Amino acid sequence: MTEFEPKILAYCCNWCAYAGADLAGTSRIQYPPNVRIVKVMCSGRVDPAAVLAAFRRGVDGVLVAGCHPGDCHYISGNEMAKARMDFLRGFLDEVGIDRDRLRLEWIAGSEGGKFARVIQDMVDNVRRLGPFRVPTVCPAGGAGQ
Amino acid sequence: MSENVIKQLIADTHAFDCVECGKCTSVCPMTRHKKDFAPRLIVVKAMDSASIEKLAHERDLWACTTCGQCSAVCPYKVDYTEFIRGLRAEGALLDFSPECVQGGLMQSMMRVMANAPLKQDRLAWAKAPLRIADRGDIYLFTGCTKHMGAIFRDRKGLDIDSIAGSAVRIMNAAGVVPAMSQDEVCCGHDLNWIGDEDNFARLVDKNVAAIRATGAKTVVFTCPEGLRTFSKDYPLVAEDDLPFKAVHLSELIAGWIKDGSLRFKETKKKVTYHDACRLGRHMGVYDPPREVLRAIPGVELVELENNRDKCLCCGVSGGISCDADTKLYQMDKLMEAKRTGAEVMLSCCHKCQLHLNCAQNDKVPVDRSLIDIPMQDFTVFVANALEEKK
Repeated sequence: MTEFEPKILAYCCNWCAYAGADLAGTSRIQYPPNVRIVKVMCSGRVDPAAVLAAFRRGVDGVLVAGCHPGDCHYISGNEMAKARMDFLRGFLDEVGIDRDRLRLEWIAGSEGGKFARVIQDMVDNVRRLGPFRVPTVCPAGGAGQ
Repeated sequence: MSENVIKQLIADTHAFDCVECGKCTSVCPMTRHKKDFAPRLIVVKAMDSASIEKLAHERDLWACTTCGQCSAVCPYKVDYTEFIRGLRAEGALLDFSPECVQGGLMQSMMRVMANAPLKQDRLAWAKAPLRIADRGDIYLFTGCTKHMGAIFRDRKGLDIDSIAGSAVRIMNAAGVVPAMSQDEVCCGHDLNWIGDEDNFARLVDKNVAAIRATGAKTVVFTCPEGLRTFSKDYPLVAEDDLPFKAVHLSELIAGWIKDGSLRFKETKKKVTYHDACRLGRHMGVYDPPREVLRAIPGVELVELENNRDKCLCCGVSGGISCDADTKLYQMDKLMEAKRTGAEVMLSCCHKCQLHLNCAQNDKVPVDRSLIDIPMQDFTVFVANALEEKK
């Protein structure tokens, strides 16, 4: 049997975290290939529903990455992201999804190394937790949410 | 194939018995502001439509609140709500899914619950002095109230969070220690009504197993949606006969008041009561909540202009299709409630409260003083009126 390879979905903001991921690439810093990056304009845009939808579709861990506090391109979007993710984390405990599967990180455009470290760390964590769900075929009503 | 399904649905719901009297259209909450909407039109479209594919994209199919006002007044008892549900299930098979409120947060959560083996921490709130048990004859089903409570905790004038605790308090006061389970999941009402029958069936299996493990014979609900789903939809989906019967908490409270095991303190309040569609029209539970309210000393119960089976709907059901017309309709409902002069409107359904609270806090087309009636959950109100034990 092959070893479990976690699937991580990363929501990266356009201005800092995505640039950080870009820098990790151009600097040829190695990090695990388990991550799929979705670029969003701001980390504050990541709806808790979007995170849960990702889990539902069989993702094992979700990373939300934005600018450092005070650096947000939209002034306070990342603060809203923090409020949203704090809420979601409390909620995940109750629902029974391990809170380590969701991570919020501040990654600047110059922090390619940090991006690689965060991904490595997250992959290790999620690998330890195991796959999130028994794979089932996405049933009827699967489109949309 | 789909044509046969529609034919079968029409036969099952007696849609051919329609005599075109138009009563259903006159009471339909959606017709008030969606001028071209009518329950009968959906049946006509279903018969005319060459394909279910076309019908699945029909706005009217998903706009219906399935509140059951149409069926309640229909002289030939055409079951429009079941007809709509059947059509939606067909639509869902084609991978069509409606736009859900809150970005589909709740629906996603239900689907996660249906498919993932979860270790939930759903009873963390039930601490002393509340008493609950692992096994027992009476099971208290809290469903999504705690999740909804967490999501809408900062919403002003809305308290979903304390419903579950209040229910335990009332039961404890009557000398009942309810059984509860960590493995309980959402009842699946919303998924059932947006046509996602596969995931609904998985939730049913999980819940039946969880409740069977407690050995309960009676399952108690604070939520009308849970009650309706367990009583009417679970028997159709569950593999074996259900080992329990479902009752609403108000029915038990009414019994406990009669045999003297519950006492209330003086509570001076003028209240009005909103019949949630699932509790009233779907399940026929009209009197127990009223008996309970009348038994509390000091409470003056004034009825809404449209009460019991005529009670106006809250505007949204199944977590779909909330739009501008819905908001207009909710204004009608809130203004009616305000006109009664009551200090507070009680309802058993936390979703009714949520939807009407949302309408109050939104931009409103009328003067705010016409609609600002506070709302409280029936269970919470009753628990607060309990006589404290010395």
